[in-house]
Amino acid sequence: MSNASLISIMLMAMLINNVVLSQFLGICPFLGVSKKVETASGMGAAVVFVITLASIICGVIYTFILKPLNLDYLNTIVFILVIASLVQFVEMFLKKSIPSLYKALGVYLPLITTNCAVLGAVLLNVQNGYNVIQGIVNGFATSVGFAISIVILAGLREKMQYNRIPKAVQGFPFTMFTASLMAIAFCGFSGLK
Amino acid sequence: MKPNTPLERLFNGIVKENPTLVIVLGMCPTLAVTTSAMNGIGMGLSTTVVLSLSNLFISLLRKVIPDEIRIPSFIVIIASFVTIVDMLMKGFTPALYASLGIYIPLIVVNCIIFGRAEAYAYKNGPVASFFDGIGMGLGFTMSITVIGFIRELIGSGAIFGHQIGNLADYTPSIFVMAPGAFMVLAVLITIRAAIINNIEAKKGVRLPVTHTDESGAECSACAFRGNCAGKFQAVEEAQKEASKK
Repeated sequence: MSNASLISIMLMAMLINNVVLSQFLGICPFLGVSKKVETASGMGAAVVFVITLASIICGVIYTFILKPLNLDYLNTIVFILVIASLVQFVEMFLKKSIPSLYKALGVYLPLITTNCAVLGAVLLNVQNGYNVIQGIVNGFATSVGFAISIVILAGLREKMQYNRIPKAVQGFPFTMFTASLMAIAFCGFSGLK
Repeated sequence: MKPNTPLERLFNGIVKENPTLVIVLGMCPTLAVTTSAMNGIGMGLSTTVVLSLSNLFISLLRKVIPDEIRIPSFIVIIASFVTIVDMLMKGFTPALYASLGIYIPLIVVNCIIFGRAEAYAYKNGPVASFFDGIGMGLGFTMSITVIGFIRELIGSGAIFGHQIGNLADYTPSIFVMAPGAFMVLAVLITIRAAIINNIEAKKGVRLPVTHTDESGAECSACAFRGNCAGKFQAVEEAQKEASKK
């Protein structure tokens, strides 16, 4: 697995094993922040930013610190702390130096710490034995997959906002049904393998 | 029932505030590992262990942890217990460990655990918090086992891994694949909402339903409810204001 080409890693992570629709990571923001395309794309962009950064930093820490010292078992603790502090740090940095980007992404940043897609992507890098470069590509593609699906869901929900829906199905179940149909569509990508 | 007694906490977690079906938290493992009932039990019990122990420790340490750094402290405590459970499962139940895979370390970011730490354990005594964890964990276990049972039966024609005749030849395998997970959970929550609507119509009162409520729909599906307390909603409104200007 570790000598898979970068293109195939990218396709796998983005479409075939879509992080939301086939691996169920990051379901909570997927359902929660997908009411409008505008917010959904903001969330998507923030996730792309954080996952890519997290996979760079965690990849470096794992390859050069944890692995040589045989501290593999600390993976989970180290990664979650890195992600949590990274999010805080990125927030402070953007606020100070790139206010325009902070305005666009800032509000979503604190919400990302508990997004399991971030920790999931980083842990999958380690589990699949990717090197740092492959890990970064995988992280980036995973997050783009997340952004694609959250924007599609938001678009669908915007379109269906004024449809008449039976009372019991309104709200959460309706979004789940929509997601289910999207997941069926994404199953089609498994033919790409 | 008297509040904050062990029994009341168990009842609250399993029935009244069932994390999966009532307050709709922890969706990622709920959808991901419920391809069979056995997986549901395994995931549920490991979450219960982590939840009750982290609740106990956070409650014991609640006077020592400063308010400003409580979130990182919670994360470290929860992550330590998850690592312990992860290693124990790797050693003693390798088959289950293999089928749950990455979702064991991901218990760290399960919003139920975080939500209970913030909403309950940080404010209440150790005994009540411990039982709150067990109650919530068992509520979670039961609901994901039921979902796993349904998906396994419809999708692969088996009950707890035992094939029923040649039923598997006729079952739609989409139910053990990704779309089936969304569909089964959506149907279950619809049924629950329908029952509640029915009771409401009969009694003429409005029961506190979170997720069918149009205004609360966004919050109920959101992972951050435990630690956001409507902050996101406020942020969204502030943005709206800003865009008007």
